[in-house]
This record gives sequence, C-alpha cells and structure tokens, in this order.
Amino acid sequence: MQRFVDFTLNGVTNGMVYAAVALSLVLIWRGTRVVNFAQGGMALITTYFAYALVSRGHSYWLGFVVALAAGLVLGAVVERVLIRPVEAKPPINAVIVTLGLLIFIEAVAGMIWGVTPRSFPTAFSIIGYHIGHQQVLFSRFDLFTVLAVLGTAALLALLFRGTNLGLRMRATAFEREVARMLGVRVGRMLTLGWALAALVGSLAGLLATPPFISPNALDGLLVFGFTAAVIGGLDSPLGAVVGGLLLGLALSYVSGYQGPNIVTLAALVILVVVLMVRPNGLFGQTRTRRV
Amino acid sequence: MTGVRGLRMPSSTLLRNLVVAVGVGIIVWLVTISVDAFTDLRIATVGYTFIAIAGLTVLVGQSGQISLGNGAFMMVGAYTVALMGLHLPSVPIWVDLILSVATGAVIGALVGAAAARLRGPYLAGATLAFAVGLPAVADKYSSVLGGENGLTFNSGGPPAAFGANFPVERWQAWLCWLSGLITLVLLANILRSKVGRNFRAVRDDEVAATLAGINVARTQVVAFVLSAACAGLAGGLLAVTLDEAAPGSFPVSLSLGLLAGAILGGLGSLAGALWGSLAIVFVPVWSTDIANASSAGTNVSNNLPLAIYGVVLIVAMLAFPLGIQGGIRRLYVYMRRTPAAPADGSVSSHP
Repeated sequence: MQRFVDFTLNGVTNGMVYAAVALSLVLIWRGTRVVNFAQGGMALITTYFAYALVSRGHSYWLGFVVALAAGLVLGAVVERVLIRPVEAKPPINAVIVTLGLLIFIEAVAGMIWGVTPRSFPTAFSIIGYHIGHQQVLFSRFDLFTVLAVLGTAALLALLFRGTNLGLRMRATAFEREVARMLGVRVGRMLTLGWALAALVGSLAGLLATPPFISPNALDGLLVFGFTAAVIGGLDSPLGAVVGGLLLGLALSYVSGYQGPNIVTLAALVILVVVLMVRPNGLFGQTRTRRV
Repeated sequence: MTGVRGLRMPSSTLLRNLVVAVGVGIIVWLVTISVDAFTDLRIATVGYTFIAIAGLTVLVGQSGQISLGNGAFMMVGAYTVALMGLHLPSVPIWVDLILSVATGAVIGALVGAAAARLRGPYLAGATLAFAVGLPAVADKYSSVLGGENGLTFNSGGPPAAFGANFPVERWQAWLCWLSGLITLVLLANILRSKVGRNFRAVRDDEVAATLAGINVARTQVVAFVLSAACAGLAGGLLAVTLDEAAPGSFPVSLSLGLLAGAILGGLGSLAGALWGSLAIVFVPVWSTDIANASSAGTNVSNNLPLAIYGVVLIVAMLAFPLGIQGGIRRLYVYMRRTPAAPADGSVSSHP
C-alpha cells in the first residue's frame, strides 16, 4: 500500500511536469499549427541561464525569474525570426526548422558549458514529507512543482477566458483571417502566444532539471510532454494537463512495478491505445472535413 | 521528363530508370575504386542512408504521411541480419538482407495499420513514441537480443572470387549501392505506376480519392509498408557495415535525421533522397574537420558539428523550402528559359 501511495505521488509530480511541457506545446499548436520540437531545447537553455546565475552565488529565485523572463524573450524571438517565414509553407518545414533549432541549442549549450552534468539546485528540500510515522515520496519541492504548474495553468486559463487579450489570442487561433479582418493584430498575438508557451516550457525545465543539468537532460521530457499533449488532444489545454497527469501516473506505476526499462514502451502502448479509441486525443476536437 | 537536353531517353519507364541507375552505378564504382577505405565506408553509409531516406521521402512526400520512427524500422532490419548472422551463419548475406526487407515490411504493416486513423502531428507523435520505445525492447529481452551491447556477428567479407586482398569497405560500399540502385529503380517504377498515383491522390485530397474509388486506408498502409521495408533494408546494411546491431545505433536523432535529410533533399523526390543522404553523412564530417582545424577548446570542437548541422537545417528550410532538388529544378527552369520566348508566351512545360 505504501508503495502504491509513493508511486501515485511520484506520478502526480512527474505528471505535472509533463503537463507543463504539453501545455506549452498545445499553446503553440493552437496559435500557429506548429509542433515545437525545440521546446525541450528552449527550456534547456533558459535553465542553463539560471544555472549560470546560481553557480555564481546568486539566489535560486533570481535565477528562476531570469529563466522565465528569458523564456518569454526567446519564445517571442523564435516566432518572429524563425517561424513566421515558414508558416505559409507546408507544416513539415516548420517541423524541420524547430528540429534544427533544437539541435543548435543543445550544441551551443554543450559548447558553453560542456557535456558533463552539472548539479542544479532546488529551491526547496527534496526530502519526503512525514505523514504519521511514514515518510512518503513527496517532498516540499514536489509540492512546489504541482502548485506551480497548476497555478500557471489557472493563470493562463484566466488570461484566455477572462481578458480581452485572451479573447484576441483565442480568435487568432480559431480563425485567423476573420480575426485579422476584425482588427486583431494577428502577428502580435502569435508572438505573444509563443512567448507565453516558452515561459511555461521554461518553468517545466526548471522543475524537471534537478538534480543534474546537461545538454541532453531534457530530451526525454520533450518526448513525454509531446506524448502527453497528443494523448490529451493537441487542441486542448485541459487535455494537456489531464494527459500529463495520466501519463505521469501510468509511467510511475509501470516503472515501480515492472522496472524502469520499459517505461518508454509503456508510453508508446498508452499512446497507441488512446489514439485508437480517440484519434484526436482525449479532449481534441474532430475537425469536420469539407468536400 | 523524358529528355535531358541533347540526350534521348527511352520512353519506357523501366528502361529509363534502369539507364539512370546504371549511370549512377558506374559513377559510384569509379569513385569507390579510387578512394581509400575510410571514404569507402562513408560511401557505404551514404548508400544505406539513401535507401532509408528514399523510403521516407516516398512516405512523406508522395503519400502525405509523416513518420518520425523510421530509425526504429532500421533497427528491426539490423537485428534481423544480426540474428541470422549469429544463429544461421551459413545463410548468404543477400538472403539475410531480403529477410530484413521482409521483417521491416511486416512491422511496417502493423504500425501502418494502427496509424491509418491518425493524421498530422498525431501520427508524428505515435511514430516518435515508436522510435523512442523500440530500442528498449532490446533491453527487455536481453537474453535473445543482447541488451545494451547488442549483437555482434560476422557479416562475412567479400566473396572469395574477388581475391584475398579485396578491401572489405569497398565490398560493403558496393553491396550498399547495389541495394540502393535496385531500391531506386523499384521505387521509381512504383511511383510512376497506379500505386504511385494512388499515393499522390490520397496525399492531395483524401475525400476526392475516396470518391474516386481509392481505398485510402489501404493505400496509406502500403506506403507505410514500403517505407518500412526500405528502412529495414537500410538497417540490415548498417548491421553488415558495423558487424553489429545495438540499440545505441538507433537513437531518436537517427529518425529525426532521416526526416531532415528527406526534406533537405527535396520531399517526394528520389534524387532529393540522394542529396539528403549526402548532406546527412557529409555535413557532420566537414564540420568536424572545420572544428578540429580551428583552435577552440574541446567543448567547442565537439559540439560545433552539431551546431552547424542545426544551422544548415534552419537556413535550408528558410531559404530552400523545396529542398536541394527543388532548387535544382528552379535553376533548370531558369536556365532553359531562352531570351527569345515563344510568341504565344508559353513557358517550357518541363519541370
């Protein structure tokens, strides 16, 4: 029983991090219909910025804020410089651009900081809480992770549902040309969408990286985040969170009861099963195709 | 197109493709006998990479489905050859390679059938998960599949008839390119046939294709099987050149690299597959040379090839969205446009 509780809590924590990556992928997909394969790389480089500050003795929180701000800027710059030119082209070109960006960022990280893993701190203790006499696999840092991601998701939901800006962004995502005709500055909305998505991705990177950061540290996160986004439905932010949670839980159980090697296979099986039942993901909208 | 300026090509598809294949074969033969063993190994690598990219470019460019998992099909083919080489070493290598085509095709049929309902990024996600998850199978069944270290076997050298001193790398280059040219002719013929037309119909408009009587799901599975069979063959040849099949040879970056190569070269075009495979193999080589020649530290020189590779991908997509073959076609059209245009204003009908 104890193990089940531990695996569940561990799954929730991991699931929240996958959900953050999935959320950022969904935001970008909704706005620009591009799968951002560079998300892992962008999160990596912003986490490295935080590392650079922390390793020089500054406070973790300064590094945290700088990483998030860097994410905002990076997302905006990438959209404007790299994605805008390929938006009108077949979607597969954007896939290659983001792949190229991912490779480039990881290489630059390797050039500046080398490939040796560096230790990256956490703001809170990673020692499990004590409930009664038992110690559970859930620490202050895990609690922070869960709250941070849920809080961010709630703030984003508030932005999209409750503000004019959010309305304009949703209009841009839903029907770009009509929005343009109604006076929405579509280009700015797209850039903002990417900036916010990169912010969420940077958060995921900061939460997922401890204890070690290295150029390839976030590759697995990208794959699982993408899987979570696909399971939930690429159109749906709610799906991203639910998909992340489900994937995190399922993988935690598999890893705990069967061993860590087949975790990736398990992710594949889950993905296939979900997509066979609902080809557009759990919460995705089926697009009607017109003749 | 039925003619290069000044050269009359046969009008039968098969004959025309054979002529092109023989021409390329002669060039490859001339190159392999005049370079050193290491370059021969690179040429062999280009050969099997070409096969994998050709299959993928047909899948993505001609039938409109994306696959981020062809590296995993290569792994299937490689392990087939390795297992045959280990347990049934007396079977000749070409039989092993045909088996690798078959196993690739079978797994491709399974994956393709499962994926037939998926579109766009959902298909990308499923194939990506396949690429990430399959190498773990080697760990799970490590008694049969050798786990992390994979399977080492002896692929045999050149046939005795070539003499005792025939360099093994040149033999591998010939094997890879012979397979590559056979694949090239087969794929080119298929693309010109009804099967190819079905691919393009499904790619361009699924609803219209259904109305025209084409079974969309079956066509898509056929395309998947074809690309997986090519990848299986490429993997088998990879195992032959390395004398081993290990999970480490098939990371996700292999699948992504194949896709990048297909797009760099020009999606849907077999000539593009050639440019793509050359780029995938030689850009890292050249950039490693540049990095080693520069006097920067090891951190920089180790990662510079990757950085250059990433930049090449980005720049190519921004500047040459149709890939290298698209650029060549545009150049060709531009050069054929003579100053004295026909009076009725028609442009040359050649692509």
